[in-house]
Amino acid sequence: MLPGILPFGVITGVAMVASGIEPPAAMVLSLAVFAGASMVASAQLLASGSPALLVVLATLFINLRFMMYSASLRQHFAHAPLKWRLLAAYLTADNAYGLLLGREGDESSKLGYFLGAGALIWAAWQISVAAGIVVGAGLPASWRLEFAAPLAFVAMSVPLLRDRAMVGAALAAGITVIAAQGLPLRLSLAAAALTGIAAGLLLERRKT
Amino acid sequence: MSIWPVLLGMAAVTYLLRASFLLLPPEVETPPLLKRALRYVPAAVLTAIWVPEVFAPGDERLLAGVVAMAVAWRWRGTFATIAAGLLALHFFEWLT
Repeated sequence: MLPGILPFGVITGVAMVASGIEPPAAMVLSLAVFAGASMVASAQLLASGSPALLVVLATLFINLRFMMYSASLRQHFAHAPLKWRLLAAYLTADNAYGLLLGREGDESSKLGYFLGAGALIWAAWQISVAAGIVVGAGLPASWRLEFAAPLAFVAMSVPLLRDRAMVGAALAAGITVIAAQGLPLRLSLAAAALTGIAAGLLLERRKT
Repeated sequence: MSIWPVLLGMAAVTYLLRASFLLLPPEVETPPLLKRALRYVPAAVLTAIWVPEVFAPGDERLLAGVVAMAVAWRWRGTFATIAAGLLALHFFEWLT
């Protein structure tokens, strides 16, 4: 798990500084937002002179999946004390959520596991982003390390394709995001999420 | 333009999305259709993030993406997938 997070964190740090964000701001962004894909995307948008509101809206669409994670986590942690739910919310990341899905146990053992795994992932992420910011533009562009960011998402999404409905959801989302690329505000991502969900629900085998 | 208002907006939006359902009181039921729909969000959104970066016609990124998909499917490791994808990218770039 960690060997996968570290390169993505370093890449995110490098990408933010390479897009022209000052190193201190890049580090604060990482601590406050803690969501790599939206940080890379917003750094690119800021570099191209996009207005502030558009950058925040793009962040909303890219991070919409966290709302879905929160609804899913709620089924495990609904009865936990508020302070632990607030902390769990901050530590929610793709990797921590994925680890929890494969975990058996009662509510409190799952919460402890999620917070522990989440804290570990958070620390590894912040250290690797800091390393990426320090190394910054020192790495040669010919290495094409920016391609590691989409590859990290390949690694996260492909293992999810275990049944017909999941494959359908991913295919529909992939086709939609290409077809809708012309839409402003990264609306293509929101459109892809909706068609993907619809395809998954349609292809689902009912257990009734 | 200062980056700080953008940063604050991004942080607020992201935290509210993460906290949203976790803040509801325990007695509120999550609607069953929503629960079913949620299963497909990671597969849909995570795929939609990388597809536009990889599907560039006639480009070595597409070939490297296919290699990365095969590695991710077979071995499921993030590091192996990134390493294989980057190596394939440079290999296909060198070939053409």
